[in-house]
Amino acid sequence: MQAFEILEHTADIGIKAYGNTLKEAFENAALGMFSLITNPENIKSRLSKEIFVEAEDRESLLVEWLNEIIYRFEVDYEVYKRFEIIDWDEEYRLRAIVYGEELDLGRHEIKTQIKACSYHMLKIEREDCWYAQVIFDV
Amino acid sequence: MIEILEQIDENIWKIPVGYKTGMRVPGIVYASEALLIKAQEDKALEQVANVSHLPGIVLASYAMPDIHWGYGFPIGGVAATDYEEGTISPGGVGFDINCGVRLIRTDLLVSDVKSSFEKLMIEIAGNVPKGVGSRGKIRLSQREMANLMEEGVTWAIKRGYGWQEDIELAEDGGCLKGADPSKVSNRAFERGRDQVGTLGAGNHFLEVQEVVDIFDEVAANAFGLFKGQLVVMIHSGSRGVGHQICTDYIKVMDRVVNRLGIVLPDRQLGCAPIHSQEGRDYYSAMACAVNYAFTNRQILAHWVRQSFEHVLKKSAESLGMRLVYDVCHNIAKIEEHDVDGRRRKLCVHRKGATRAFGPNSPLVPAPYREIGQPVLIPGDMGSASYVLVGTDKAMKETFGSTCHGAGRVMSRSQAKKKVNAQELRQNLESMGIKVIAGSLGLLSEEAPVAYKDVSQVVEVCHKSGIAKKVAKMRPLGVLKG
Repeated sequence: MQAFEILEHTADIGIKAYGNTLKEAFENAALGMFSLITNPENIKSRLSKEIFVEAEDRESLLVEWLNEIIYRFEVDYEVYKRFEIIDWDEEYRLRAIVYGEELDLGRHEIKTQIKACSYHMLKIEREDCWYAQVIFDV
Repeated sequence: MIEILEQIDENIWKIPVGYKTGMRVPGIVYASEALLIKAQEDKALEQVANVSHLPGIVLASYAMPDIHWGYGFPIGGVAATDYEEGTISPGGVGFDINCGVRLIRTDLLVSDVKSSFEKLMIEIAGNVPKGVGSRGKIRLSQREMANLMEEGVTWAIKRGYGWQEDIELAEDGGCLKGADPSKVSNRAFERGRDQVGTLGAGNHFLEVQEVVDIFDEVAANAFGLFKGQLVVMIHSGSRGVGHQICTDYIKVMDRVVNRLGIVLPDRQLGCAPIHSQEGRDYYSAMACAVNYAFTNRQILAHWVRQSFEHVLKKSAESLGMRLVYDVCHNIAKIEEHDVDGRRRKLCVHRKGATRAFGPNSPLVPAPYREIGQPVLIPGDMGSASYVLVGTDKAMKETFGSTCHGAGRVMSRSQAKKKVNAQELRQNLESMGIKVIAGSLGLLSEEAPVAYKDVSQVVEVCHKSGIAKKVAKMRPLGVLKG
């Protein structure tokens, strides 16, 4: 099973992230999104940060989770490569630790500017495995 | 999809109300047959129909000829809702609130700067922060940022970033009324504190251009444009402030929609009655981002003027570097329009569309009032950009709106696969276009091949009368994020 795939969209870009568990699909969605921003292979795991988000339902929890990471990246000038959900109720609350380092434009080429995660075509479903689909504004 | 469209004029198509259950008004699409075929390859026309579900929508859900697939609204979408009974939708404005364009003229001919052109581009690139993750030159306290949000361009002028006359030559005088910084989250403040005076990335750019064609001498004269002239176009928006405000309020609207039981085909269309607490709060916060974007472009323009002064050793005033105009491409505004012979107050959403007010509108700056409002249309970096002028026909048919650009035809990942950035840069340089880019990956995404032909889009606006061609420019130097 691949972690995620890129969804084609004319103006913007999306991802479909997979997981054997819902938790893994959420983690892979964050990894997929950050892979659009910069290549995770060039990121060292030098710092970690706790993230907590709350939402009205499972779909908006995914949007909140991804928007929180965009916000952290932009305000703290940090890049992340590992996303670990440590505590959640699968629906309304999520606590996670993200690992990465300070942004260094010399080593971290920015491939895509992601402005936000939208609700357009937002989908979380279970087929053979779990998948989570989102479209970003870029 | 295309079979159900009714052709009502050469370049006007109707999506009937019955196409989807829940449509309140028809969809009206301005497009040539060729552009229409492009638009139906993805979900853009579907989105025109989706927008018509908004409570209080008036007359129709419109799409301009540069229509393409967005999120919620199509890009190139225009929807007006009744001010008393209608709704306002953050998705109808988008994440990049007041993404827009300003054009600065000069008295210079391109031939006047031939020997110093390279130096000029390097100077501008050194003065204008661009790209993602690069810090701006100005860092604002919370209080200063609140002042900026309330005052718009005037804030910049008071601090020496520009000329007094710049205020009058921007849409709304560079300040949308009703901004209330207390409706803006701390997060939006944090994202914006060091981004004012930054270009950003994606489709944003700064171009030095040559006026290559004049179609309307009278209007061109009024706008101060002539053939062979050097001009500068700036395309940028409200940066992280707008992105965060939209993010925050889409969440708020999601709750309103559930509470009021509003049925919408796409969650991104979330909205609230204009006069509800949530609707008013969003408008007040949106206006803050609108003013932040106006100020951002004002400061960028100031640094462009300084760059010219430094390289050419003449004052910007003596080089005639006057602002032609500054327009918004993503905005919701309270405006009055004639609807079926009755004057009505409306909330006009323009998502990837430009206001195009015709002659004699009191909202057009005095120097242009007899001619109509300048409309600035940025193209892709390899082809052309246009100046158009607003018309009476646009006032009658599209709530005074027209297209905003070329519109994409190819996804970003496709463009990246197809286009080698180094080759692209070489190709452009062989066409005489100098490119300075923050990131090569971002450059490929924005390759000319990923866009529709802007001339075709402009032609449809011109022929259908929702704006008239004034001038065409070609890029000479491109600065990208």
